[in-house]
Order: sequence, then C-alpha cells, then structure tokens
Amino acid sequence: MQFKDYYAIMGVPREATAEQIKQAYRKLARKYHPDVSKEAGAEQRFKEVGEAYEVLRDPQKRAAYDQLGKGPQPGEEFRPPPDWGSGFEFRGASAGDQGFAFEGDPSEFFETLFGRAGFGAAGTRAHHGHGAARDRGEDHHARVTIDLDAALEGATRALTLRVPAVDEEGRPHLRDRTLNVRIPKGIQAGQHIRLAGQGSQPGGAGKPGDLYLEVQFAPHRLYRPEGRDLLLDLPVAPWEAALGATVTVPTPAGAVELKIPADSRGGTRLRLKGRGMPADPPGDLYATLQIALPPADSQSAREAYRALAAAIAFDPRAGFGG
Amino acid sequence: MATRETQIFVGQILEEEVTLTLDELSGACAVSRERIVELVEHGLLEPQAGADQRLGGQALRRARIALRLQRDLGVNAEGASLVVDLLERIDLLEARLRSRR
Repeated sequence: MQFKDYYAIMGVPREATAEQIKQAYRKLARKYHPDVSKEAGAEQRFKEVGEAYEVLRDPQKRAAYDQLGKGPQPGEEFRPPPDWGSGFEFRGASAGDQGFAFEGDPSEFFETLFGRAGFGAAGTRAHHGHGAARDRGEDHHARVTIDLDAALEGATRALTLRVPAVDEEGRPHLRDRTLNVRIPKGIQAGQHIRLAGQGSQPGGAGKPGDLYLEVQFAPHRLYRPEGRDLLLDLPVAPWEAALGATVTVPTPAGAVELKIPADSRGGTRLRLKGRGMPADPPGDLYATLQIALPPADSQSAREAYRALAAAIAFDPRAGFGG
Repeated sequence: MATRETQIFVGQILEEEVTLTLDELSGACAVSRERIVELVEHGLLEPQAGADQRLGGQALRRARIALRLQRDLGVNAEGASLVVDLLERIDLLEARLRSRR
C-alpha cells in the first residue's frame, strides 16, 4: 500500500495550524475543483486534496496520522503499525456536517487507517434525498463515453455503468450494470440522456428514480464535434487550392461534392450547411483546408518543384522584412 | 440481469425534450426543494411561465454544478450562481476561439 503524505499534498508544513490547513484546502479546492478546472488530472488532485483535508482538519485523525511519522522510505511498502488507532475515536464517527464531502472512494491508504465510514459525509448525504425525493427512489447520474457514430446514426450501444449497491451485510460496493441504450440521434457532448425509472427502486411501493447519462464522445476518425457542428480537416493538393477544384467530402449523411475556390489558403474554412449533427435544427459541417505537400521522392516530382520555383517569384517569408 | 441485457432502453435528450418540476429537479439533485428554490431566487434557474414553474432540462446541469460548488468550496448560492454563469461564458468564448482558428 502506498503511504500518502497528506501534508505534502496540501503543501503545508507538519506544524501548520488548523487555520493554515483550512486556507490551503480552500485554495487548492478552488484550483482543482472538477467543475472549474480544465487541467488534466484535476479531478484526481481534487480528490487527493479532499482526502488529505478530511484527515488534517479533524484533530483526532490528524493526531493519529502524525503518529505514523513521515512514512516509509520511498519505494517501501507502507503497513499500519499493529497498535494503530488505539486511543482514538474516529472509527465510524463522521467528521460532522460542514464543509467537504465528495462523490467517490477514498484511497486504500485512507480506508485502511480510518475506515470507509470515516470518509466525510460522502455516501450518506449524497445518497439521501430530502422532502419531495423521499417517496421515490434515488436518481442516478453517470458519465458515458460513446463513439460519435452512435449519435450520428441514432444507434444502440451497450453501456456499462458502475453503480453503488449494498451487499448482504450492508456494505456498500460498486457493481457493473450493462444497459443497451438507444443513443438519441443528434445528441451533443455534455447533454444528458434521461432513462425514466432506471434509477434506484425505493424500499416499499414508491416510484423508482431516473437515470441520467451525461454524454461524452470518444475521438472520431474524421469529425470533431462542436455542439451541433462538426469540424473536419480536409487535405487538398497545392494545385487544388491554387486552381480551385471540386472534391468529395464525407459527411454523416453521405459524401458530397465540395467546390474549393481558386486561390484558397490553408486554414480556410468552408461551411456545408445542415451537414453537421443530425439534430433539429441540424448543425453545419466545417471543412478546414489543409494543404498537403506532395513528397519530392522521384525525379519527375523534383523537376516539377524546380519548374514551379522557376516559374513563380514567391517569397513565403516576405513578411519578415529585410 | 440477463433478461435486462436484451432490452433496449430508449431515453430522451434532457436538454431538448424534457422539462422538470421543482420537485423532480430537487430529487435529481438529491437536495431539498428549498435549495432549488434558492437557486431560482438567485436567477441561476429560470422557470418557464406557468403555474407549475417547470424548468428546462439544462437546469439540471446548472443546478448540480452550483450545488457542488456550494458543498465543496463553501460559496453561497449567490457566489455559486455567479461562478456557473461565468463558467458558461468561458465555455462559449473558448468555443468561439476554437472556431476562429
């Protein structure tokens, strides 16, 4: 098991005051909050920081953690000492209601030391609806990554979700659940599919909750979705861009002929109206011209380049000045 | 479970085909109705005209982000509403930036 240096994660010295720890937490939580940060790995960092704070904010947990010292040498396995936790009263007792609780699991390190129940209010607060929600089951939320083609065609996909469940002994765990879902044609990234009645079944005769699937797309071979629009890189030969041409362009609804105007530059965007996502109204498809250079890998190709150089007085670096 | 796997579920696009009552939204966010009403009062969520104050499906995403910000960062409803508005503006501006490249 990997030892976690909660002080290093929070960026505070071991003798930091409760106030300093709180400030450090707030700063890091703002920085790495998954709804705010676009940094890669922000969610992971946010969870780490949250876990560190969960320990360091609680005087009991912090004192117990401090007794472990600085952990094993790098690369060494950490094992909790045999007398771990004696004299402390954190097992099962939640740290109270204010502040932090997030969705997700604590690290193995945390769980070994403090147990799952010591993990903030997560799993209790997040899963108990109040008031109006009580007579029906919980709604579930999941994020799913699907291929863009499914949304372009309105195809059915088997989606595997990890859903919280409770075993015979009442312990929470995650269970895989596979659903065949018709992907609504034209759905966009960030939108949700609602499956009515596919959330939790409440105890008793209540109505089951709903399941919300937030859609994300895996990278596609051709198209990059932007809302309803699709972006496509369209390679063209230099002479097609220079002289104009009609080229065949793939679109979700089938290939179309696209006219490239003469004297087009690389990076020019050509719009194919209504050829984007098949939503209502449909999006557009934007083809960005990418001028592909033919390789000079034969005698005749090299001669053609030389002839071009001789025929055209062209300085691509004219803008640099003299 | 084996029987379920052969069934095909057909859902709706929340943002386009679904409207939610205040109670449905509070259920979906697992918070009390009062917390949702608070977000309505701060203008984060704008119910459609009509007695039952139905909300467009995009309200779910806005509400969930605002509630997470309140829970995780200790901001109040007003601050969370401001952040959600600004995040959406950033998304819009970044999308414009990308489309100009």
